[in-house]
Amino acid sequence: MTIREKFEIPQRYNLWSYALMAVGVISIILLYVTHGASNDEHERARFWGSLLQNSVFFLLLVNAAMFFLCATILAWAGWTTSFRRVAEAIASAVPVIGVICGAILLAIVFGGDHAIYHWTDAEHVQHDEILNHKKGFLNKTFFTVWTVLTIALWSLIGRKIRTLSLSTDSGKMSVEEGKKFQWTNTVWSALFLFVFALTVMSTIPWLWLMSIDAHWYSTMYSWYTFASTFVSGVALIALFVIYLKNKGYLEHTTEEHLHDLGKFMFAFSVFWCYLWFSQYMLIWYSNQPEETKYFEPRVEGPYRGIFFLNIIINFIAPLLLLMKRGSKRNYTTVTVLGVMIIFGHWLDFFQMVHPATSVDHVPMMLYDMGIGLGFVGLIMFIVGRTLAKHPLVPKNHPFFKESVIHHT
Amino acid sequence: MAIKKYVVGSFDDEAVLFPAVKKVRKAGYKIHEVFTPFPIHGLDKAMGLRDTSLHTAGFIYAITGTATALGFISWALTYDWPLNFGGKPFFSLPAWIPITFELTVLFSSVGMVLTFCYLCQLAPFVKKDHFNLRSTDDIFLMALECTDKTNDSEAVSFLQSLGAKDVKVDYKEERWWLGRYDKEAKVFEKKPEGIAV
Repeated sequence: MTIREKFEIPQRYNLWSYALMAVGVISIILLYVTHGASNDEHERARFWGSLLQNSVFFLLLVNAAMFFLCATILAWAGWTTSFRRVAEAIASAVPVIGVICGAILLAIVFGGDHAIYHWTDAEHVQHDEILNHKKGFLNKTFFTVWTVLTIALWSLIGRKIRTLSLSTDSGKMSVEEGKKFQWTNTVWSALFLFVFALTVMSTIPWLWLMSIDAHWYSTMYSWYTFASTFVSGVALIALFVIYLKNKGYLEHTTEEHLHDLGKFMFAFSVFWCYLWFSQYMLIWYSNQPEETKYFEPRVEGPYRGIFFLNIIINFIAPLLLLMKRGSKRNYTTVTVLGVMIIFGHWLDFFQMVHPATSVDHVPMMLYDMGIGLGFVGLIMFIVGRTLAKHPLVPKNHPFFKESVIHHT
Repeated sequence: MAIKKYVVGSFDDEAVLFPAVKKVRKAGYKIHEVFTPFPIHGLDKAMGLRDTSLHTAGFIYAITGTATALGFISWALTYDWPLNFGGKPFFSLPAWIPITFELTVLFSSVGMVLTFCYLCQLAPFVKKDHFNLRSTDDIFLMALECTDKTNDSEAVSFLQSLGAKDVKVDYKEERWWLGRYDKEAKVFEKKPEGIAV
């Protein structure tokens, strides 16, 4: 079978990515005019909260593609090889969105407002016993250093994995070279996963999201955030794979590969719900005021609808609709569920962030959706460019044959 | 159960077996079963077997487990013997989810194991004959079922032409029995008297 190596960006694809980015920019401007430029600190928090939610969600989402790659490389899994360039292209958006996200986070921390991150108010922290105890971790210096370091490490190691993959294009490898290549890959992915464990799976959600409710804490929070972004990351990979298949690329990626991506979407939707419920049930059971405070606006307050819609979109729908073997192999079902899962977890992040900026009512979500679409456009733009720059299929990769004959 | 006649070919390489299975099906012979020492990916597809319905059964068992758990707990804790646990309402769903989950898993796993055993006719002391004991060790065995229209010498030479190392015509009773392999297998080494095939 001949391989179409060169991805040519269709006109419509470009148009859509520009249009979505324009929607994003317009939403940001509108939200800035209506809220961001206000004199009231809480109105401004609405603007910055929206930027925070979107940039963190999409940064963790694209970074999840690199996690997917590294986890499969470390397991010496061959089946991903035929479409791994797609995951690499998605992960190549990490530096760009990372810079945007880092700038927004630092602007919130150093901007002088304390409505989102209460712990940035040094005077307040002195009188607040709980925040005073957390001072060693929740302070501006550590936040800045760790945020910058994290984004830099994700970008650099991700870049290295990409370079290693591109190095296979130069020609066929001998068995010895293949072994050496695989070993180098293993070492770098292990390093990435180590950094990932120290960041996404523990400290980063604490710093970026959980510290919005600085008095409250949950040991499940980071896992929960990770599960959320990982399942949406796999959904995004599946969406791009289906798009390229429909355009006639990725000849060696078959419904067997899609089936396995569908399994990931199914399994991690269940995993997400498991963590969601574990966090909820323990707090519900012990019923301690300082812990239930987090769930008050979400379960009893104005966010009740979003909170339960979340469960339906992110757990019940994938559980029932992706359960059948046939539906995991069906382009339409996987596309619909992929879009739904990404939207559902975006909504999950929405209800993680926004009760802090607006407790008594749900802010109008159209602005946030617009900004989210802007990020989608940005991801489309970067992924399209990266895919077009190099061959779509790493046909000299040592595991390429294993991927072609993959069979579930 | 009826005693049937089979043409049994032994292969020593799965790479030979695969095209042979396809050609045998194309030639119109009925494959009774292919015995292999280990699972071979894609062989079920090549043989034209339908997908198993084991997972549908699993789903039904799981739903039964969910219904049993929720039904019983809600009946017991809200109607039959309501208890006050830490001031929680009698109908407190979150507390029941773990048990519901456990019973769902228990019902589906136990039910699927039993269904699997039933479908494969596996049970302690139940034996099924598979023509040659070496098919559990190092050879791949293909058994063609003969009908009254099958010309067995033609089938034998056809299997030989496809690369079978050893082809023989065998008579088997098509059922399982209790007991040991060697003792029982001897009974049908030759064609039993008075059986028209």
